[in-house]
Amino acid sequence: MTTTGTYTPKPGAAPLPRMIRAQAALETRMLLRNGEQLLLTVVIPTLLLVLFSSVDIIDTGAGEAVDFLTPGVLALAVMSTAFTGQAIATGFERRYGVLKRLAASPLPRWGLMTAKTLAVLVTEVLQIVLLTVIAFALGWSPHGNPFAVVLLLVLGTAAFSGLGLLMAGTLRAEATLGAANLVFLLLLVGGGVIVPLDEFPSGAQDVLALLPISALSDGLRDVLQHGAGMPWGDLGILAVWAVVGLAAAGRFFRWE
Amino acid sequence: MRSEPARPSPDHHPSTRRSAPHPLIEVRALVKRYGTKTAVDGLDLVAEAGVTAVLGPNGAGKTTTVESCEGYRKPDSGTVRVLGLDPVRQAAELRPRIGVMLQSGGVYSGARADEMLRHVARLHAHPLDVDALVERLGLGSCGRTTYRRLSGGQQQRLALAMAVVGRPELVFLDEPTAGLDPQARRATWDLVRDLRADGVSVILTTHHMDEAEQLADDVAIIDAGKVIAQGSPEELCRGGAENTLRFGGRPGLDVVSLLKALPADSAAAELTPGSYRITGKVDPQMLATVTSWCAQHGVMPDRISVERHTLEDVFLELTGKELRS
Repeated sequence: MTTTGTYTPKPGAAPLPRMIRAQAALETRMLLRNGEQLLLTVVIPTLLLVLFSSVDIIDTGAGEAVDFLTPGVLALAVMSTAFTGQAIATGFERRYGVLKRLAASPLPRWGLMTAKTLAVLVTEVLQIVLLTVIAFALGWSPHGNPFAVVLLLVLGTAAFSGLGLLMAGTLRAEATLGAANLVFLLLLVGGGVIVPLDEFPSGAQDVLALLPISALSDGLRDVLQHGAGMPWGDLGILAVWAVVGLAAAGRFFRWE
Repeated sequence: MRSEPARPSPDHHPSTRRSAPHPLIEVRALVKRYGTKTAVDGLDLVAEAGVTAVLGPNGAGKTTTVESCEGYRKPDSGTVRVLGLDPVRQAAELRPRIGVMLQSGGVYSGARADEMLRHVARLHAHPLDVDALVERLGLGSCGRTTYRRLSGGQQQRLALAMAVVGRPELVFLDEPTAGLDPQARRATWDLVRDLRADGVSVILTTHHMDEAEQLADDVAIIDAGKVIAQGSPEELCRGGAENTLRFGGRPGLDVVSLLKALPADSAAAELTPGSYRITGKVDPQMLATVTSWCAQHGVMPDRISVERHTLEDVFLELTGKELRS
């Protein structure tokens, strides 16, 4: 059945780009195969966009509802993948020894983290394409500087990834599952995604405006709905969250 | 780390050059604590090429020792060298050369068996043929089933396949047959024998005596965080341990007279009428002494049996504990 020499040692790591590409492809497949993840990342943002654009339930201010909602739902899509989805998936990978086993493979830890980020970005691109197509079908007319939009999305992804990995790397997997979903729900309501922040009392508004989801949805809205240039305030808030979140994750993340 | 120039291994460094190549694994005075609990307590272990079994009861420090060699645990004190490398500081150099099978888990719950195996293969430069390995370990029947729905035996075999697919020099197997049925167990043993025959070294932890006896060139017995005995299964069974010779004859033989004919450190007793037991250094000479004593006394000994000590007995004598299996 086996010929002699089959297992003769011939060790060696694959080239680094190939390892990272393979890892990113696997991570993306795992994300897209998971039903609960798809509910968060695809179904909920799509439903919110379609529902609130066509039914006049909330006061979205002057102009078309879809022009108000699309930037918020794009922000929600980023949060669902970079924060909620990544936190839950990574939490269970840690719990089930996946991170531990990969740590003994030739793939360096930073390579694994790079691959995770690539998987998040690929998923976000798919989400954004889908939501953009739907938004155009609903009559969306975006404005503004595409570069500012990309910058907001990238900084938002960095901020949410840091916070998601911090949670996944420090809490038990079940606690991460519960907390990540709860945070998703709270930020969906209180982060200017579908409910404008000026619906809240003025004291709460000032605090809520500092949340990463508010900065991202507000920044995207400034650009896409009102054609603003660089929303520096919102970019600054996201940058602070990104630096603090990633630094804390790097410091406190436990692999087992 | 990978972008840095490769650090020369200690053996190539002029000031530390040694005449003999370094042992496969060299653990010196390893101490590892978790909180107040000392898991490994000044452990010394040298393993050479071949199959080394690390044997001990649950909680003896087997997994901590092996995980220190794999680079997962940073020693509180002492040194660990694997293939001449420090598993923590020189991890980037060591990891492509070793294969690791964890006691459990290690696979994405949504991944299929062949998908995960193919992935690990892609992380290596010269992996084994994945299809052949899948067939060899009977993983082909897993089909499109995801990891969380595989049976425990299938999960174990996948973990084993992941440890060998990168064609490592050294494979760590942490309780590779725990929970396997006899047939799957034998298949795992066959693979370990094939690895050994092809020049792959294996470190395996187990609390199954027969596994160590069947597979290992060298056995290290660990108890309470220390290696308390090490040697080939034959050496361990011979050394120190007393063997037993039993025979039947007519009741009421004069065991005191028999004992006088035997070496000084022997013991003889009539356990039940007509059933005799001699303990001591049971060798061909002793057997001849007993049978000639019987001949002189007109006794026809029947049911003569010599009981070789098993590792189980050795372990019991060394630790006063039963190995749980």
